Amino acid sequence: MADMELKASGAREYITFRIGAQYYCIDIMSVREIRGWTPATQLPRAPGFVRGVINLRGVVLPIIDLADRLGFDPTEPTARHVIIVAQTGRQVVGLLVDAVSDIINMPAEKVQPTPDVGSEAARAFVLGVMAIDDRMISLIALESVMPTLAGEAA
Amino acid sequence: MDPMQAIKVTFFQECEEQLGELETGLLAMQEGSVDDETVNAVFRAVHSIKGGAGAFKLDRLVKFAHVFETTLDKIRNGALAPANAVMKTMLRAADVLADLVTVSREGGAFDDTRSNELIAELNAHCDEKAAVKEAHPEEEGDNNPFAALGWEPVSLSLEPEINEYLIVFRPKPELYAKGNETTRLMRELSRLGALTVHCEIADVPLLANFEPEQSYLSWRATLRSHQDIAAVQAVFEFVDGDCHLDIEPVEASEAHAEPVAEVAPEAAPEAVEEPKAAASVPREAAKAEAGGQGNATQNTIRVDLDRVDRLINLVGELVINQAMLTQRVLEAGAVKNASIATGLDDLEHLTREIQESVMAIRAQPVRPLFQRMSRIVREIADATGKNVRLKTEGEGAEVDRTVIERLADPLTHMIRNAVDHGLERPDARIAAGKPAQGEVRLSAAHKSGRVVIEIADDGRGIDRPRVKAIAIKKGLIAPDAQLTDGEIDNLLFMPGFSTAETVSNISGRGVGMDVVKRSIQALGGRIAITSKLGHGSTFSLSLPLTLAVLDGMVVRVADQTLVVPLNSILETMKPKPGEVYGLGPDTQVIGIRGGFTPLIDVGYALGFRTHRADPMSGVTLLIETEGGVRSALMVDAIQDQRQVVIKSLESNYGHVEGIAAATILGDGRIALILDTDAIVHSSSGRNSPSDMLLAG
Repeated sequence: MADMELKASGAREYITFRIGAQYYCIDIMSVREIRGWTPATQLPRAPGFVRGVINLRGVVLPIIDLADRLGFDPTEPTARHVIIVAQTGRQVVGLLVDAVSDIINMPAEKVQPTPDVGSEAARAFVLGVMAIDDRMISLIALESVMPTLAGEAA
Repeated sequence: MDPMQAIKVTFFQECEEQLGELETGLLAMQEGSVDDETVNAVFRAVHSIKGGAGAFKLDRLVKFAHVFETTLDKIRNGALAPANAVMKTMLRAADVLADLVTVSREGGAFDDTRSNELIAELNAHCDEKAAVKEAHPEEEGDNNPFAALGWEPVSLSLEPEINEYLIVFRPKPELYAKGNETTRLMRELSRLGALTVHCEIADVPLLANFEPEQSYLSWRATLRSHQDIAAVQAVFEFVDGDCHLDIEPVEASEAHAEPVAEVAPEAAPEAVEEPKAAASVPREAAKAEAGGQGNATQNTIRVDLDRVDRLINLVGELVINQAMLTQRVLEAGAVKNASIATGLDDLEHLTREIQESVMAIRAQPVRPLFQRMSRIVREIADATGKNVRLKTEGEGAEVDRTVIERLADPLTHMIRNAVDHGLERPDARIAAGKPAQGEVRLSAAHKSGRVVIEIADDGRGIDRPRVKAIAIKKGLIAPDAQLTDGEIDNLLFMPGFSTAETVSNISGRGVGMDVVKRSIQALGGRIAITSKLGHGSTFSLSLPLTLAVLDGMVVRVADQTLVVPLNSILETMKPKPGEVYGLGPDTQVIGIRGGFTPLIDVGYALGFRTHRADPMSGVTLLIETEGGVRSALMVDAIQDQRQVVIKSLESNYGHVEGIAAATILGDGRIALILDTDAIVHSSSGRNSPSDMLLAG
């Protein structure tokens, strides 16, 4: 559904970031702000990719370690790591990434379908890929990386 | 929003209130209190709805309200006795009126047969006793509601005796000496009706002769009111003997002049009706204000809920900020300065007071919720052929608006269950030696910082062997499971459990008590059952008064800061060597004054550490859960005790087992608020039905 939207509206802006040596991006319209890493309060019984929660001006913000979520080794966060505060629907989360690199403008037809790879995480969390200069940038499916809301299931 | 639309919105809001009044009044009448005030209040409610509906050309609503009103009028002037059958019709008519209001507001289809049926029924009641009193012209008409529409109800009989009184009031100095105030008395008077006051100053002497403690002023007041002279005298009850008081009724002929004049345009055909109906709105409003009930005239304003919520959020931020400021000052060591310390204390008090005041804005009595339930009971009673009486208590208890809103569905479900499953049919009741009429009691009460709502029926009670048999049949528990009574009762809350052998369309629609339990838990509440076979069951819900703040103890557990709700903590203690015993391979108990209580390592239970900590190294908090079970929670250290602002974890993340919510501490970091009951239940591993499922 999201890629149909892309096609309908032509070019879109994406914010690109780095996890290890790979580049990823999300739609800039879902990004609320970018901030530095602050220690999170650990949540009991949370999946490993949920680093905990931080206080974002009075809002309890869950932090997702995107590296862990995508199947890499968990991040060892330092003050140089970055949290991208992103929103889908009414849910707001912080995505922990290594560094934010760029804002790119990409016509919808340049977003190619995800190549058929073996990695389950890649198939589940990558909406499509795009080529810029000599890099490949994967577009993250934000809805899928978010933790499921218990309230919605009930 | 265009002004007409805005007025319409207000009209519907007022309709809700009027419908509430109507229901309360009718129920009171059914209980036998047929005093003028109640009947008038009921009449006023229907009349106001009709008046407003006329202004917005909501014809169906007007038509129905009109017939309703006519019947009420008969009761009001004594032409129709409010017998049980009549009152039943009235209550059903109130339900239809409520539905009509909803349909008018939200659009959608409305089945006219129901309203037509009731119109016929109401008319039938009217005709029954038509000949008792002097014939009203409208009674000569046939039962056709359209014919009845042709006239306006503003006939002479609709204006109840408006009495006019001349009140001469001359206070003695003693009145002032006792701290009474004339303004208050006049204000009280003005609540009874339209009041004109004139102050006599002729007696005030020149300044040279002026005695400051003498009383020189007197008042002449003219009051037009529905109330009798006793009510007027009652206003002056406390100053009796401290003043010269003269209350004289003025002759009635004068007082009735106005309504008589209004009868005149009655002959005009329908064309005149709409403007008149519109005109009746302000008039009615004035009457409601001036009329009977002193307590009905509270000064209120309507505020958009979003604004209140924004204010509450801001105050929440203020509380956090104040805590952060205090901590920073402490860290900076400036607290040695006495004036800074006092200033901080004052700030804390102020913040707390502001917060409490703001919370009070959101608090609402549970009355409207309970009123809705009486309708549910009526409908279910009709559908099941049971004779049921709903008794409500403590409707004045105030709870946060959100709690009330989100309580409606679970409560409806439980009330349905109580009537459908709980109560027996009348013949079975009589056979069991009970009165044929079953009783469902719905009560609310404040208990130690929470509100406890109980739904009790005097029905058959939980048939535990049957419940257990069903659970076994449905594979919810192992066939050889040994369960205590309490555990069997808790089976009712398991998903997929329904004891109704035939699935009726009332209860047993697939959503069961498990949904009820979950919605109550989502509100931070608990649910418990007590039941006695043959005597009935009681479901009690314990809910937080507000979803915004709680008093908590800040503790340290495995390098994490947690908040334990203060209301669950009975005492804190440091275990001594020899007090902690192992019981089985993986559990420990602590000896407290000769008894033994399970000891739960919070850090271990939450998965913050993989091994139990040494009990001697920590502090234990003795807590009591909702069900009265005592447990000792072990934490590493107690840090502080403070009021915390509750922040939802659910909105961005989801429910975490063992955690009730989150909060923000003075250092700006998030701390989790412990759900003590969940911790105890998951650690004991028995009380929770979901754990039982795993065990079976």
